[in-house]
Amino acid sequence: MGNKDIILKAENISKQYRLGLVGTGTISHDLNRWWSKIRGKEDPYLKVGESNDRSTKGNSEYVWALQDINFEVKRGEVLGIIGKNGAGKSTLLKILSKVTGPTTGEIKTRGRIASLLEVGTGFHGEMTGRENVYLNGAILGMTKKEIASKIDEIIEFSGCQRYIDTPVKRYSSGMTVRLAFAVAAFLEPEILVIDEVLAVGDAEFQKKAIGKMQDISRGEGRTVLFVSHNMAAVKNLCTRAIVLQQGRIVFDGGQNESVDYYFSNTREINKNYVLLNDAHRRKSRSKESILKSVKLISKESLLNKVIELEIVLKTINFVNNMVCVTGTICNSKEEILGSFFSDSFRLHKGEMKINLTILNSNLALGEYYMNFSISKGRFRENNLEMLDNVYEAIGFDVFNEINLEGGNTYKWDNSWGNFHFKSIIKQENN
Amino acid sequence: MNKQDTNWLYTISPKKKLIDLNFKEIWRYRDLLFLFVKRDIITQYKQTILGPLWYFIQPLFTSVIFTLIFNNLAAIPTGNGIPSFLFNLAGITSWNYFSSCLTGTSDTFKANQGIFGKVYFPRVITPLSVVFSNLIKFGIQLLVFTFFYIYFVFFTDSAYSALPQFSLLLLPVLVAFMGLFGLGFGMVISSMTTKYRDLTFLVSFGVQLLMYASAVMYPLSYFQEKIPEYSWIIEYNPMATIIELFRYMTLGVGDFLFSRFLYAGIVSVVFFLVGLVIFNKTEKSFIDTV
Repeated sequence: MGNKDIILKAENISKQYRLGLVGTGTISHDLNRWWSKIRGKEDPYLKVGESNDRSTKGNSEYVWALQDINFEVKRGEVLGIIGKNGAGKSTLLKILSKVTGPTTGEIKTRGRIASLLEVGTGFHGEMTGRENVYLNGAILGMTKKEIASKIDEIIEFSGCQRYIDTPVKRYSSGMTVRLAFAVAAFLEPEILVIDEVLAVGDAEFQKKAIGKMQDISRGEGRTVLFVSHNMAAVKNLCTRAIVLQQGRIVFDGGQNESVDYYFSNTREINKNYVLLNDAHRRKSRSKESILKSVKLISKESLLNKVIELEIVLKTINFVNNMVCVTGTICNSKEEILGSFFSDSFRLHKGEMKINLTILNSNLALGEYYMNFSISKGRFRENNLEMLDNVYEAIGFDVFNEINLEGGNTYKWDNSWGNFHFKSIIKQENN
Repeated sequence: MNKQDTNWLYTISPKKKLIDLNFKEIWRYRDLLFLFVKRDIITQYKQTILGPLWYFIQPLFTSVIFTLIFNNLAAIPTGNGIPSFLFNLAGITSWNYFSSCLTGTSDTFKANQGIFGKVYFPRVITPLSVVFSNLIKFGIQLLVFTFFYIYFVFFTDSAYSALPQFSLLLLPVLVAFMGLFGLGFGMVISSMTTKYRDLTFLVSFGVQLLMYASAVMYPLSYFQEKIPEYSWIIEYNPMATIIELFRYMTLGVGDFLFSRFLYAGIVSVVFFLVGLVIFNKTEKSFIDTV
């Protein structure tokens, strides 16, 4: 175990962003910064700034997206990077893939880094699949010769043989993704950076992609940095993982321990009243109607009682249409336990308050959270069309009444699942 | 331990040197440059009826209109018995190369935001590819010019004095000046538009104005004769100098001063270097600004 095994080393990486309209500063800040640089002083704006927590409003215009990131990656390791939205994962990957520079610190590597931040970057609709393979390969850093020697394998892996000489604009989105992933899978950098590619494609292709990534890291001994929201994939693929929270590394260890740490410590979901914002959204919201806030009315979601919510909708230009509110209830391991679909109702212009009651049938003691969406159409007619979708919107606890009053303690072990089914015994008296 | 620390392949750090160009890296990405040029050429006229004919149509029609307006209506002399159509075609062909290089590179960062935000490659490749694909277009348009040149000189009597000069050998150098000037200018603008969006509006409108100050549809000598008090604007404009030189080399109108050639060269190279430095500085931080 020498130093030699370390292929990548990040030292004190920090990244500062300025909030507001212009990304890194106004002319006056630029001038000020330049003036202190000339006098040989430290950048005055590097001192201000606070850690990045989107839910509390800071006083400073400057925010640290990453702070004092230190880690080392060994050759052949598959390092997972996990954290909730806005924890700094993407910023870290952007710095690693040289898309943006760090504000302080440096990253040293012993190998070429290629990134796969979002597949299909640089695909041109008017060009054929084959032409795009060449172009995309070159963008990712391959030479024409390298691509030419692998083109048959790439096409075969993508499964698009039949359409390879058809312009990409005629491809389905799934095919585009397959082709793009195929190009990237045959890259041969020493370090591969991957962000959320597995979220797309059908199940069969995802399996193929995961298999290919395992081959890359195990068989070919290459190093992979993998960012994902998919904890199952992280557990499956990675050998180690770091957990980011508010721009800092809060945990570094084996993949299973890291995922456990992430579930138990970093997720904070409000259990009272939440104003929804874009941090809750993974897709951009529609222009028609959006979910604005959620409030938990039944403060004590007791075993076998109802969950009452007050939801505020804001309608912009979708007045008088029928919509319904749907959602999923998840446990603290991000597993979806079930879904609910409300009756349809008519939208009013502006803000609109609705009350939603969910019958809590047999949820066991524990912590839960809900995702919500608002959709056009009716559930019973199978024509729902999503308008807005918010994740991890509000959390709630299920606990026992008796427990509160300090009487009998009622315990529930995680390994027993999430439902407490009622069981009734009938005893026959002889 | 120390020995190993010096063993790194490369380092990503925030320090910005004034000129941080990695020529080795650019060379390694030469295939990308080639593929970008290929993409520009093959995708530009996809799904058009006339296809690559547009390369010919645009300069021809412009020349016809210029001849009608400036020579027939406004009676600007082209001198030495050169057909005014040929005179205008020469001006427009060379002006087109410069202006397409300038406008093509001036929105590099904005147009490639998506791809720049996701993958790293030497950013200079993108504006370079614009200059090279325009060079191919220029080559095609030069063929059109040659065609009409041969027609007028050998099949009509109207171009009796149009003679290519010995200095025509310097044409490739002149073309390089145009490319460097357009590229440098474009890189400066593209870097500045990442912060100050106003410049985008200025470019499309400014290029049009600049054409009138670049001796495209009139000879420099005529301007000097008519409006002598403002003729310095045209004289100091390197593009006017380049277009005058282009016409001298091909048609033998105007005059050739080596000092002017040198002036155009120096200005182009300086613009190119300044553009490169600014572009390089913007490259690292622009993704946070856009």
